[in-house]
Amino acid sequence: MSRPVPLPPGPAFWRGGFDALPFLLVFLPFGILFGLAGTVLGLSFAQVMGFSAFVVAGAAQFTAVQLMDAHAPTIMVLVTSVAVNLRMAMYSAALAPHLGGATPWQKALMAYSMTDQSFVLADALNESAPRAPLTTKLAYYAGTASLLVPAWLGATLLGALFGPALPKGLALDFAVPVTFLAMIGPSLRSVPHLVATAVSCIAALALVGLPAGTGVLLAAVLAMIAGARTEDWLAHRAARATSEGPK
Amino acid sequence: MTQTVYSEAQVWTIILVLAIGTFVLRYSFLGLSGKRALPAWALKYLRYTSVGVLPAMVAPLVVWPAATGGAPDPARLIAAAATLLAGLVTRSVIWAILAGFATLYAMLWLLG
Repeated sequence: MSRPVPLPPGPAFWRGGFDALPFLLVFLPFGILFGLAGTVLGLSFAQVMGFSAFVVAGAAQFTAVQLMDAHAPTIMVLVTSVAVNLRMAMYSAALAPHLGGATPWQKALMAYSMTDQSFVLADALNESAPRAPLTTKLAYYAGTASLLVPAWLGATLLGALFGPALPKGLALDFAVPVTFLAMIGPSLRSVPHLVATAVSCIAALALVGLPAGTGVLLAAVLAMIAGARTEDWLAHRAARATSEGPK
Repeated sequence: MTQTVYSEAQVWTIILVLAIGTFVLRYSFLGLSGKRALPAWALKYLRYTSVGVLPAMVAPLVVWPAATGGAPDPARLIAAAATLLAGLVTRSVIWAILAGFATLYAMLWLLG
């Protein structure tokens, strides 16, 4: 990412794949854990693979499997796990000014293969070379996705096939919480994120008696309001500080 | 055979509806060709969806783990704290997972 991306589409494609390589360290163990978690829950091999092939979204897949493990009603499983992917609309909005000119078919492929990691890389390219041709930006995105999506599928396959053979002493019941916790830490970028996380935890623990899935959803809504309001409050305070500053 | 309470059809419904919902979210603004932007207030709330949902999922799993029949377990609590801390310090999901499991095994061994 630090080096300038070459402009012709061919090299841009390979650069995309190259820049995505470090993310294999996330995709492979994460996919293996999903394959394992789904199989342990009692999903069939086809269902576990179906999740990874059709949904292609780790956090939402783990959310769905976790709620199914808690025997949540189908509708709660769906609402909550789709909610985890709401951030994808934000990514779509950020990519649109740069990649919105592609054909509908290309945009459909981009949407299918959109991950946090492909977005982060493509966004960095769009920011550093906003005037690069559409073909270059598309090829770069395609390069990142062509590495990451097959890696996700392959890792799920490994987890589904060999995960259940792992010994019980490995305490793999804790794989799901650990994976969620590991995703939370790096996303705590600001005070509002911290506030939202705290509200989410406290509300979820307080609402644990509600029917499966309901507490999570309510806690998430409260946390989103808390995060957004904290952001407003900090912005107001900063604005007041600068307007009063020169006096 | 599946041991879940969900029928074959219900599981596939979850998979396909989740797949379609996720696709619609991902395609949304790309599909509009970048002509329209998301209103600022909506972006502000969307920023906190991940930190809203994930901690709510994980907090009960950590405090009342299924493996101990729902009894709070010091080894799992300490491992959870280590995972969160490692994620905060290293900003890396994978190091956080490794730190979490290393701590869990060390604690399970120490605390028996």
